[in-house]
Amino acid sequence: MLDAKGRFLANIAQGSRKDARDAVVAARKAFGGWSGRTAYNRGQILYRIAEVMEGRRDQFTAELQASEGIPIAKARTYVDASIDRWVWYAGWTDKITQVVGGANPVAAPYFNLSSPEPTGVVAVIAPQGPLLGLTSVIAPVIASGNTAVVIASERYPVPAITLSECLATADLPAGVVNILTGSAGEIAPWLASHMDVNGIDLTGATDPELATSLEADAAENLKRVRRPAPQDGPEDLLATPALDRMTQFLEVKTVWHPIGT
Amino acid sequence: MATSFEYAPAPESRGVVDIASSYGLFIDGDFVDGSGGSFKTISPASEEVLADIAEATEADVDLAVRAARRAYTRVWSRLSGRERGKYLFRIARILQERAREFAVLESLDNGKPIKESRDTDIPLAAAHFFYYAGWADKLSYAFPGETDPKPLGVAGQVIPWNFPLLMLAWKIAPALATGNTVVLKPAETTPLTALLFAQVCQQADLPPGVVNIVTGAGETGRAVVSHPGVNKVAFTGSTEVGRLIARAVAGTDKKVTLELGGKAANIVFDDAPVDQAVEGIVNGIFFNQGHVCCAGSRLLVQESVADEVLARLKRRMRTLRVGDPLDKNTDIGAINSREQLDKIRALSEIGEQEGSERWSAPCELPTRGFWFAPTIFTGVTQAHRIAREEIFGPVLSVLTFRTPKEAVEKANNTPFGLSAGIWSDKGSRILWMADQLRAGVVWANTFNKFDPTSPFGGYKESGYGREGGRHGLEGYLR
Repeated sequence: MLDAKGRFLANIAQGSRKDARDAVVAARKAFGGWSGRTAYNRGQILYRIAEVMEGRRDQFTAELQASEGIPIAKARTYVDASIDRWVWYAGWTDKITQVVGGANPVAAPYFNLSSPEPTGVVAVIAPQGPLLGLTSVIAPVIASGNTAVVIASERYPVPAITLSECLATADLPAGVVNILTGSAGEIAPWLASHMDVNGIDLTGATDPELATSLEADAAENLKRVRRPAPQDGPEDLLATPALDRMTQFLEVKTVWHPIGT
Repeated sequence: MATSFEYAPAPESRGVVDIASSYGLFIDGDFVDGSGGSFKTISPASEEVLADIAEATEADVDLAVRAARRAYTRVWSRLSGRERGKYLFRIARILQERAREFAVLESLDNGKPIKESRDTDIPLAAAHFFYYAGWADKLSYAFPGETDPKPLGVAGQVIPWNFPLLMLAWKIAPALATGNTVVLKPAETTPLTALLFAQVCQQADLPPGVVNIVTGAGETGRAVVSHPGVNKVAFTGSTEVGRLIARAVAGTDKKVTLELGGKAANIVFDDAPVDQAVEGIVNGIFFNQGHVCCAGSRLLVQESVADEVLARLKRRMRTLRVGDPLDKNTDIGAINSREQLDKIRALSEIGEQEGSERWSAPCELPTRGFWFAPTIFTGVTQAHRIAREEIFGPVLSVLTFRTPKEAVEKANNTPFGLSAGIWSDKGSRILWMADQLRAGVVWANTFNKFDPTSPFGGYKESGYGREGGRHGLEGYLR
């Protein structure tokens, strides 16, 4: 991997089909435990991720400068926004249930309650934005209790590796986030067609042909699909995110019980 | 009790319905001739031909989509939410006023018992319109952070034959409330109540083109779903077709909601009140002849009470009355079509071949029409096809379990995830089970309950999106 000026930056692993499958196995294994944690606990861990990143702020800034060739002020803006984003989602873990769920006033003597649950294992194709883009697609997926298999930006994998180190040292249980580096065009089809993946976020699949074929593959087991480009144009990553990054990988469960003496 | 009571026939009068000999397509506010052929809709209870129905071609669907687009652009999207709501309230009222007519027509065309069409399908359909009518001018309150949600445009909707009018209501009411216009295709075996609904739209002075009804079979459905002028696809039906639709919309901007198949576990614990549980099992699998996507088609009964539950279940099944859908005493009506009957028979035979024991309630089945006696299979394992595939008929597969954990594992061991049932007297266990089950609707100490305010929809291969409640608005807004 070369930096913005064409100099050697690092050697990066070229993720393969087998790595993708192993990552799905790890993500599935982690799902029960992670989704079973209290929302409070998940929030604490997400906040811890922000803290660990804060401790490596200069390293992230330097990596963004080197990878993208951007000035230090701009790099700092993105690093700080990434840290803030983890804090934002840390706060959501124990609030999204109340915002999305609720009691339903059915016309018969029944207790009736709808609450959101995580979809399961979600494959994520991260956008090219090296750190803020990556954070913006991972955090909402795991905040609600999903586990993730992520294909990092092919052009800027170095910040993704540093982020992985932060995740590993922030008490995030093994398997909750699995990050693959390499080519999305090569790895993503295996995730899109994998029968033990429940959802796929195509944000980073900017090639329309690839996105279409991944969405078609995802139909086989009716994965929840988040399409790449929203109708209103490209996403402003620095703006406050909409809730749909969380709600698209949530299932609403409704429980009925009779009321009587 | 060796013999059951004799009942005198108590048929509901057919006199309230007026079925034309042939029907065209409802496009742009009028019934028009289709450009293709026609097909017959029959009463599955007698095989009597009820009417000739136009089969919409691709060109007809195109006309319908264009009409819907015009109505969207010129009228419906410009109308205030309050005015849209008034139309929906009016439709709800008319459905209530004409409830008997709709109920009889539904039972004739579908084969379901009149007590179900009269007490469930039609009242719920009217309630659905009433519920969403009230949302039309309150959409800015529906989703936090989304103060000005916008309609999508034209919704292409394809519905099944098991609850024809009710599924129409589930589709059309939220679409119209949110400001979309509709092209809807009813199932080919049950088009009549949708066509009567078209008359209701006229009666309610709904602007032409806001609702268009195109009749036909799979090809017509494909034309609706794949029409480039459709912004939203809503489908209820088989997982197989759901997959095709998900594939067909790949790479488009169409928003999709799919409500597909199921293989729900109905779980009975040893502390459950047995008689209530047995009623729940019967309701779970024999309601609507088992033509229910969320039917409790896998009974998981705790081993220690399995014998007692099964004995009482069989005793109860002997009292089920199978026969004339229009008879008010009928519990189980006709299978909707010959095709469906063949499928139920084939899977039941496979059940026997794979080693399960079959028991059917002794009952006299009419000689004409499509009928299947309520049936249970015992000695079923998780690998058996009758434990994995949706039969969509009055056939229950019985499995046993020892611990709650085992019940959860077996219940979740399916690619589907639409619904589940729990029968127990222990509150903490019910809540734990409800938590663990991967299904969109969990009925505890009840089954097959529906309400317009209550979101309905599946996990995994049972589809995505929710219908009903505030959640049901989401699939029609951006």
